[in-house]
Amino acid sequence: MEWEVVIGLEIHAQLATKSKIFSGSSTAFGAEANTQASLVDLGLPGVLPVFNQEALAMAVKLGCAIDAEIGKVSVFDRKNYFYPDSPKGYQTTQLHHPIVGMGHIDIDMEDGTSRRINVTRAHLEEDAGKSLHEDFSGMSGIDLNRAGTPLVEIVSEPEMRNAKEAVAYFKKMHSIVTYLGICDGDLSQGSMRCDCNVSLRPKGQEEFGTRTEIKNVNSFRFVEQAINVEIERQRDILEDGGEITQETRLFDANKMETRSMRSKEVENDYRYFPCPDLLPIVIDDDYIEAIRKTLPELPDQKKQRLITEQGLSEYDAGVLTATRELAAYFEEVAVKCSDYKLAANWVMGELSAALNKNDVDITTSPISSDNLGAMVARIKDNTISGKGAKSVFQALWEQKGDNVDALIDSLGLKQVSDSGAIEGIVDEVLANNDGQVQNYINAEPDKRGKMIGFFVGQVMKASKGSANPGMVNKVLKEKLDSKC
Amino acid sequence: MHNLTISQISKGLENGDFTSVEITQHFLDRIKQLDQGNDGFNSFITVMEAQALADAEAADKRRAAGNATAWTGVPFAHKDIFCTDGTLTTCGSKMLGNFIPPYDATVVDNFKQQGAVCLGKTNMDEFAMGSSNESSFFGGVKNPWNKATIPGGSSGGSAAAVAARLVPAATGTDTGGSIRQPAALCGLTGLKPTYGRCSRFGMIAFASSLDQAGPMTQTAEDAAMMLNVMASFDEKDSTSIEQDLPDYTATLNNDIAGKVIGIPKEFFPDSLDGEMAKTVRDAIAEFEKLGCTVKEISLPSTDLAIPAYYVVAPAECSANLSRMDGVRFGHRCEDPKDVEDLYKRSRGEGFGDEVKRRIMMGTYALSTGFYDAYYVKAQKIRRLIKNDFVSAFEQVDIIMGPVTPSPAFKAGEKSGDPVEMYMEDKFTLSCNLAGLPGMSIPAGQINGLPVGLQMIGNYWSEANMLNMAHQFQSHTDFHKQAPQGIE
Repeated sequence: MEWEVVIGLEIHAQLATKSKIFSGSSTAFGAEANTQASLVDLGLPGVLPVFNQEALAMAVKLGCAIDAEIGKVSVFDRKNYFYPDSPKGYQTTQLHHPIVGMGHIDIDMEDGTSRRINVTRAHLEEDAGKSLHEDFSGMSGIDLNRAGTPLVEIVSEPEMRNAKEAVAYFKKMHSIVTYLGICDGDLSQGSMRCDCNVSLRPKGQEEFGTRTEIKNVNSFRFVEQAINVEIERQRDILEDGGEITQETRLFDANKMETRSMRSKEVENDYRYFPCPDLLPIVIDDDYIEAIRKTLPELPDQKKQRLITEQGLSEYDAGVLTATRELAAYFEEVAVKCSDYKLAANWVMGELSAALNKNDVDITTSPISSDNLGAMVARIKDNTISGKGAKSVFQALWEQKGDNVDALIDSLGLKQVSDSGAIEGIVDEVLANNDGQVQNYINAEPDKRGKMIGFFVGQVMKASKGSANPGMVNKVLKEKLDSKC
Repeated sequence: MHNLTISQISKGLENGDFTSVEITQHFLDRIKQLDQGNDGFNSFITVMEAQALADAEAADKRRAAGNATAWTGVPFAHKDIFCTDGTLTTCGSKMLGNFIPPYDATVVDNFKQQGAVCLGKTNMDEFAMGSSNESSFFGGVKNPWNKATIPGGSSGGSAAAVAARLVPAATGTDTGGSIRQPAALCGLTGLKPTYGRCSRFGMIAFASSLDQAGPMTQTAEDAAMMLNVMASFDEKDSTSIEQDLPDYTATLNNDIAGKVIGIPKEFFPDSLDGEMAKTVRDAIAEFEKLGCTVKEISLPSTDLAIPAYYVVAPAECSANLSRMDGVRFGHRCEDPKDVEDLYKRSRGEGFGDEVKRRIMMGTYALSTGFYDAYYVKAQKIRRLIKNDFVSAFEQVDIIMGPVTPSPAFKAGEKSGDPVEMYMEDKFTLSCNLAGLPGMSIPAGQINGLPVGLQMIGNYWSEANMLNMAHQFQSHTDFHKQAPQGIE
């Protein structure tokens, strides 16, 4: 039977607020355990939550960016369950009245096509602490530094049909929240995590199959892998005539499998009810419009601008705007050298290759955007050749200098573009290679083009590589053709 | 000296009749003498002797330096539901039998700012759940009017301590009548303010949407002085409301002639004890002598208050008490074998029967499949009850009736029958469900036991209620009567 895959994602993004969603504690990552947990985060008797307005502004920003309905009245609910890293015995979240309602984003596929995916909702909630099961023999440690960190949970419609679409969706959402500056997007530190809901149904059937939820997948690659192995697992069961159990599963990247965490029958009854300690959040159009005005240029807009105003290809513009950091770096290079296409070639070519090879992130690139821009500018004004630029690039990468012009001088890469000097060298080369000149003259005109390469090589050699190859070509052609 | 009111002590300190250290020592001696031991009232869980004397000394110095306020050096007590930095705060439960908060509740801090002297933490029903103080892990409290009877609850320790003149006044909290009912049964003045008037920060939550702190005193004048300190807008409590803070003592002597008193027929059902009805009506007649007029009104949803309350309050408490899990503070069972065992035994051992009963009721009411039938319906009833009051206050300035169906009952009489115990609050619950201020003032006695008159005011009308209560007390002496052997 032919199966259709149905995927929906729930993305948790930690908001980049200075303090927690209901207390004044810092949200910085990596502090010593429990040093960023206040009375409120510890859930001591008697303490009360106070909602952080910065988290509200960020959630509304997200809503505006994905063209969503914004909840004018949104309500916090308590989700009741016991777990040691949940200090109050309930999580404060939003069930029935989320801050962000139905919206949508466009995802970009590798083949250049794009597809619209609807976003069901996004709501505010608090993150839990962490249970530490190592280092404590026979016991568990609890670190509540993360408890109370604001999250938006962004829930998609079940509209993705394969793992690649799911990854494209996750990447696009990652790009949007980082462009907005509402999340640092650091997957390795858990700033963004993804739950993947996966089900299969016979192709053509409208009704959804039973789904499973793969919890807490924390990289783009794992999302693709986890979904694919889960699709295979479900397909095997269904084709053997079995039934899928609705349950929560965990992805094990080492074993390349998903395994059951808990089935629906033993799942908690969360007993949601409105949190009586927090008033409903009431906002008006003026508030929303004021936030909308602060939206930065978003990835899709930036991409479009690079295509229509700077003449980049759809593909190049897509790659360069995929992350906020890369886009920012690229635009700094482009502005500095005032040639977007040339800048795109170097950022996507030499720089990306070097970054990949050495596993370095664009934000910690050894070559600053300023220096790369300065270098590209010297290509553009013919000071150096493309080949010479590679030497400059290498020197910059190895931190052998921080001033592009000084490096060009010290490496002796300055091109000779003075036509008189080039003519002198050309004349000398022609005089010393009379046989080749004669061959050129006697050759069929359409074969002469290939033969000119010999003379170019000789001129470059004579100039120790410093002659501007374009000019050399031009002068040679003029002089040789005049002899024919 | 122990019969002095807050207002008299304040004046005495100001006049130099005695020092704070002297009067503090006097009350501490009385507590030692009368509260402790088998025959004691058991109204205190913790007596803060050393701290109180140090605070009294500091207060005397502050007075000498000329920075005293009306409350500087004045002794009082806190219900053991308010977190006190560095002092045991049990909420009447074994669960918090070892809990020493690292912070002060806002209400506690407000008194500290004034330089008031807290003598200790008073006994209460466990987590404020109860109407007789019998659910306290630290034992029941004896009513000073008759030691065989209960003082009411949940603020039973505060009520007994003030009635026995172990302190001149004490704080209380009221979720369904927990200030007004014990005030009535102990012959005191008790006020539950409008929801949002006093900060709930640091007040251990029972039912967050109903809980409110308030004064328990000998007189309306003292209640006004106390509310002046207790009431404040607090950014740490999102349900605290920013509203003008009047000086509640400034309007106590206003003329109350012309005020219209509403008497809801539902507060005088045929089933109400005849003597209770008569005592309350007689008290209302005193107001008529002061120029007030009386109007029969109806609050048709009154009977729905008990079922609605016993859904909302347990639902909220079932979540509020989840943090008592044995992980970070409070009681933890011995040698838990895993986290499940830790939860089950810590909570099983730490909570008493009434608390467990309410957690179970609340958990049930919030469960999938029952939520709409219970919680949602109860919220609808809350709106009906509120609407009843809103229309009533279009016609009247204040509503009056009984606080309790009867005077103090004997210890053990109702403790085996929870529903009978819940009926004790039938006249007080609707006030909390609507968020309105409610008050109890002494209105006479039945068989030597005090009876309270309940006053329910419109939102933010505490000044008016205190004014009417003070005028009533200026023309009657019910509030001056004290239990035998106390004077």
